[in-house]
Amino acid sequence: MTAPSLELIGFTKRFGAMAALDDVSVKIEAGAFHALLGENGAGKSTLVKCAMGYYAADQGQILLNGREVEIAHPRQAHELGLGMVYQHFTLVPNMTVLENFVLSRGDLPAVIDWTAERRALNAFFETTPFTVPVDVPVADLAAGQKQKGEILRQLYLKRNLLILDEPTSVLTPDEADEVLTTLKKLTTSGQITIVTITHKFREVNTYCDAVTVLRRGQLIGTKPTSELDNDRMAEMMVGRRETRTVVERETRPPGKAVLKLEGLSVADNVGQLAVEELALEIRAGEIVGIAGVSGNGQRELVETLAGQRDLEAGRMLVHGEVYTATRPEMVRHKIACLPEEPLRNACVADMSVAENIALRSFDQPPSSPDGIRLRRSPMRETARKLIEAYKVKTPGPDAAIRGLSGGNVQRAVLARELSSEGDLLIVANPCFGLDFAAVAEIRARIVQARNRGAAVLLVSEDLDEILQLSDRIVVMFDGKLALQTDAATAEVGAIGRAMAGH
Amino acid sequence: MDGSDIGLWGVPLAMLAGAIRVSTPFIFVSLGECLTERSGRINLGLEGTLMMGAMSAYGTALLSGSPWLGVLVAAFVGLLLGALHAGLCQLPKVNDIATGIGLMLFGTGLAFFLGKPYIQPKAPNLGALDLGGWSSIPQVQQALQVNPLFIVGILLAFALAWALKNTRWGLIVRLAGESVDAALAIGASVGRVRLLATAVGGAFAGIGGAFLSLYYPGSWNEGLSSGQGLMAVALVIFARWDPIRCLWASLLFGAAGAISPALQSVGVTQGYYLFSAAPYVLTLALMIATCSPARSLRGAPGELGAVK
Repeated sequence: MTAPSLELIGFTKRFGAMAALDDVSVKIEAGAFHALLGENGAGKSTLVKCAMGYYAADQGQILLNGREVEIAHPRQAHELGLGMVYQHFTLVPNMTVLENFVLSRGDLPAVIDWTAERRALNAFFETTPFTVPVDVPVADLAAGQKQKGEILRQLYLKRNLLILDEPTSVLTPDEADEVLTTLKKLTTSGQITIVTITHKFREVNTYCDAVTVLRRGQLIGTKPTSELDNDRMAEMMVGRRETRTVVERETRPPGKAVLKLEGLSVADNVGQLAVEELALEIRAGEIVGIAGVSGNGQRELVETLAGQRDLEAGRMLVHGEVYTATRPEMVRHKIACLPEEPLRNACVADMSVAENIALRSFDQPPSSPDGIRLRRSPMRETARKLIEAYKVKTPGPDAAIRGLSGGNVQRAVLARELSSEGDLLIVANPCFGLDFAAVAEIRARIVQARNRGAAVLLVSEDLDEILQLSDRIVVMFDGKLALQTDAATAEVGAIGRAMAGH
Repeated sequence: MDGSDIGLWGVPLAMLAGAIRVSTPFIFVSLGECLTERSGRINLGLEGTLMMGAMSAYGTALLSGSPWLGVLVAAFVGLLLGALHAGLCQLPKVNDIATGIGLMLFGTGLAFFLGKPYIQPKAPNLGALDLGGWSSIPQVQQALQVNPLFIVGILLAFALAWALKNTRWGLIVRLAGESVDAALAIGASVGRVRLLATAVGGAFAGIGGAFLSLYYPGSWNEGLSSGQGLMAVALVIFARWDPIRCLWASLLFGAAGAISPALQSVGVTQGYYLFSAAPYVLTLALMIATCSPARSLRGAPGELGAVK
């Protein structure tokens, strides 16, 4: 196999009114280990998916080894030798490595000669820098081995240009090093070309030859790694920004500690620790912003605080009392929560707007005189007031909340959560996917809650949002706190480096 | 009493006999469900298929005089019902669990309706092979009277296990059950694979029904299956979707079903009805032991909606 070169010229892709890619051009040399760097939503995934034929770009031209090629479907990309490895695994867990490899080849005889296939695969593994056990079901492999299996399968299928979408996000640093070192050998020997999407500077510095940085769908630049240091990369990635856009905030001395996390550890869905021994304190009247690239434990942290996930170790204290996220505790401590994807995490989609707004208080007066019977009219009355106060656009309080637009679901949930004047407000990605006006209004509401003395935990993938709203900023990386800083004196470069694990 | 000749040995012997005699419908239905579920679809209607198979086999045997022709017709009727289920499930917004329950009621109801004239007359039986000739003990001889369908069922279990592992057809069925994306990536038509797997699975269940009406108990009536088709579905989960384990589990269920008559034969008459419930209790106990909300079942096909 010889490594090809790849050139993407003038790629533009719009989703509705938003340009995910705006005239982006990248040249990847033959045998390069090329990094694509950028924040969430910078357009990295969109770019490679266009190149692989998963998306049809609005504009763009692909040159493979200097010749123009058309890729309208992933199968065409595969025939040209382009292969993709994702952050999630695509090997079928209930089948062995051998079965997975042979099946993906797609040219099966009626009866399969496993002895011959096993011999052929073992012979192939003689030529690769790393191997995985052949006869073990994929489900029994460790995450690192699975990712190696994904890469080996691409090589087995004779793909010589691999696109890796955050290949190490599910691996430990040691596993990541092992995989990347061997991939690096393959590129230096001129066998394959690699494009890797990453957020981690360490990996870029150690393994990559060149870096292309994208920001909000724009090409910021392509540079050899030798010409860049971490500060320069962070600046290219997050840009020079205004650190504080004032949303009428009162200066006030921080109050008493409301939420305290002590040695909190939480496992993710596959049982690995997503949050590790986290310690954090949030005081009354301050907004603590948790910045970080998604997938570093923020989701699991919010789910634990909201009572959707059990903790493995450590404890949570609210007002000095142990908090286990039960409903009575939330009522007693006045805890409000606006999780991400509120339609899924904080609503019953088929119930009406009024019922959803009543979810926190339906069994208390005036909605229920005795905790057993429900009264519709006070519920509807409260809903009507909140719908007006928070400008929720809905056909009426009795319409199913499923039918509302994302921003209006967000407003309805925010109305419910803020109407009780909570002491602790937990907010995750509150403005994701919303238009400009809705964003400004929801941010103002969050600051208002802070101004009246609530403690606010704001988790966001949007660094601007964190910088704009927070009194204190912490960065989460790999389940741990990578940086804690006062927002007034925060240095964007340091935050960017911490988000990338430096 | 016959059992007194060999004392308490009568109990395990009767259970062995029961395992051989009672397990055959379990084997066929569970293998059919196993194949269907490995392709990523669940068919709860096999109870209805079992009844339709029993009725059509009995009717055919009665009218033609040939019980084996009855078995063939039962398989064909099962094939049609399986194909009907698969076809309905392919329509947009159709849930396979609800369709399965609908077809279960439809199958049993239709079998009762069409089978009314066959309740009284006596159809020719499938007969058995005497494998106990080497023994002089009559109980052993009786226990080892084996119906050819039992042997076919055992062979079918091994053949299915082999095919799922070693043939293109088997691998594609599994791929359709594990990951629709992966199946589409190699150009397989998931809908067609599931249609065929569900239809063939229905045919297996139909043969199981033929055994009920043409060998043991060997007559047609409305209480014939008493939920065996549903228990076989539960059994597939217990067997972790493995045909060979389906075979062992079927034998276990057959033996459990024989506990009560076996105890009666040695003179234990108290709690007869309690022991009759053994297969149902066993089903419930196995389900509680093997299913947990905290983890997904190991070996479960990835695309199977009910276990996701």
